Amino acid sequence: MTALLDSLHGIGQLIASGDPRLWRIVGLSLGVSAAACVIATSVGLLLGAAVAAGRFPGRRVVLIIMNTLLALPSVVVGLLVYLLLSRAGPLGSLGILFTPPAMVVAQSILVTPIVAALARQTIEDAMRDHGEQLQSLGANRYTSALIVAWDERMALATLALVAFGRAVSEVGAVMIVGGNIDGVTRVMTTAIALETSKGDLPLALALGVVLLTVVLVLNAAVALLNDWRGALDRQVVA
Amino acid sequence: MNADPTTLARASGRASDRESIAHSGAGTAPLIELLGASVVLDRRTVLDRVDLSVRPGERVALVGSNGAGKTTLLRLLHGLVPLASGKRRVNSPDRASTGLPDEPNDGRHRGSPVRIAMVFQRPFMLRTSLLGNVELGLRLQGLPADERRERAMHALEQVGLAAEALRPGRTLSGGQQQRAALARARALSPQLLLLDEPTASLDPSAKREIEELIASFSSQGITVVMSSHNLGQVKRLASRVLYLEAGRVLADVGADHFFHGELPQEAAQFLTGELPWV
Repeated sequence: MTALLDSLHGIGQLIASGDPRLWRIVGLSLGVSAAACVIATSVGLLLGAAVAAGRFPGRRVVLIIMNTLLALPSVVVGLLVYLLLSRAGPLGSLGILFTPPAMVVAQSILVTPIVAALARQTIEDAMRDHGEQLQSLGANRYTSALIVAWDERMALATLALVAFGRAVSEVGAVMIVGGNIDGVTRVMTTAIALETSKGDLPLALALGVVLLTVVLVLNAAVALLNDWRGALDRQVVA
Repeated sequence: MNADPTTLARASGRASDRESIAHSGAGTAPLIELLGASVVLDRRTVLDRVDLSVRPGERVALVGSNGAGKTTLLRLLHGLVPLASGKRRVNSPDRASTGLPDEPNDGRHRGSPVRIAMVFQRPFMLRTSLLGNVELGLRLQGLPADERRERAMHALEQVGLAAEALRPGRTLSGGQQQRAALARARALSPQLLLLDEPTASLDPSAKREIEELIASFSSQGITVVMSSHNLGQVKRLASRVLYLEAGRVLADVGADHFFHGELPQEAAQFLTGELPWV
């Protein structure tokens, strides 16, 4: 009990003191996850829209693969990216293993299927309702998909936030491809794992509080976006 | 009272019925034709060997019970569903000009197929202004911004919504959204306007407004094909009536003939059920 109270006291001191070690880790976490989120959202939205609009042989197989990738284990992604980027791997010449760019790559691969699958569902549902009307106005299926994607931009923005939340709380992949190097690739999740094993509970807990706060803010943003969207849709003049 | 369906299905081709079809444009080339057209959706035959010619200026009403194939016929006329068999022939304005007052006269459409627009039963409004919604079809045609704005505003004026142009499209009432959808279709300067249950679930006042707009568009030379469950509306608006059942056209007659003449048994029963005073 005393250890816990000491830890809680330590958390307050660390956060309030603006410990550069803590905020460097937080900054790197947010930066890596934000970059991965931008890449995953860009690729995932286009992929989701293309699959939602496209009618091609094997589409059903693609859908099954997309949905399966939602449950992609992060350590498996880490391992694959490690093999790709290691010196003997096909992309080893890039020399980015154990650097933040490698962590961005791993998180992007992990999060892209989430964005793609959810975007595909959102766009396909909207196209089922409105696609034919858009086609009657002269849009082809792909143009219709882009129009409904723009119309559903608030729903898709929440996907980006969900993707960021998934990326920032991920540990396995960044641990493998980043190496958890102090001051270089140490992020909140890997630092929590390390500091806990070292017994430095105040720092681990302080990072945990920051991480939870980030996730809480993201979820609050998602909820507010959904509320706002719902209010706009309900705003019908009698 | 009853007659052979196959005879009546082609009744509009007879001289007596042609006379009864006001506005028919008889003698001119059809804007659009279906020849033995069948549509199969989800392994179910939704339209079965339909023959239909729509001539300039006609006001054709499609009637029949739910699931008869009215909406699919409209979608087929617009080319939104594929044919399983038969032909769909869309003619060019060179063969069938409507002489619309605002018909583009810059040569862009010369020789191109008939311009078709459709208004759906539940119109879709994007999360943008009413003006943006009406401009959508014109934007998809690649028209320059100033021309889009001018044509969209003109269409909104025609449906009495110009003052609401900057209001979010989704905040309009049901009747206003239906008028907005008519404006969106009208902005495309269609020669053929397809309307799927244009007044379904609207209050009487909104219904009257929509009917007046349809009549106004027709008087401007736009050919109208509409589906409706409202036989009073059909009586007020249509010059020709097609009765569909289970994907087949069982009667294709002038409006007067439909309400007062000889009909196939199924159509007569439908009419009696809908209008017990007939």
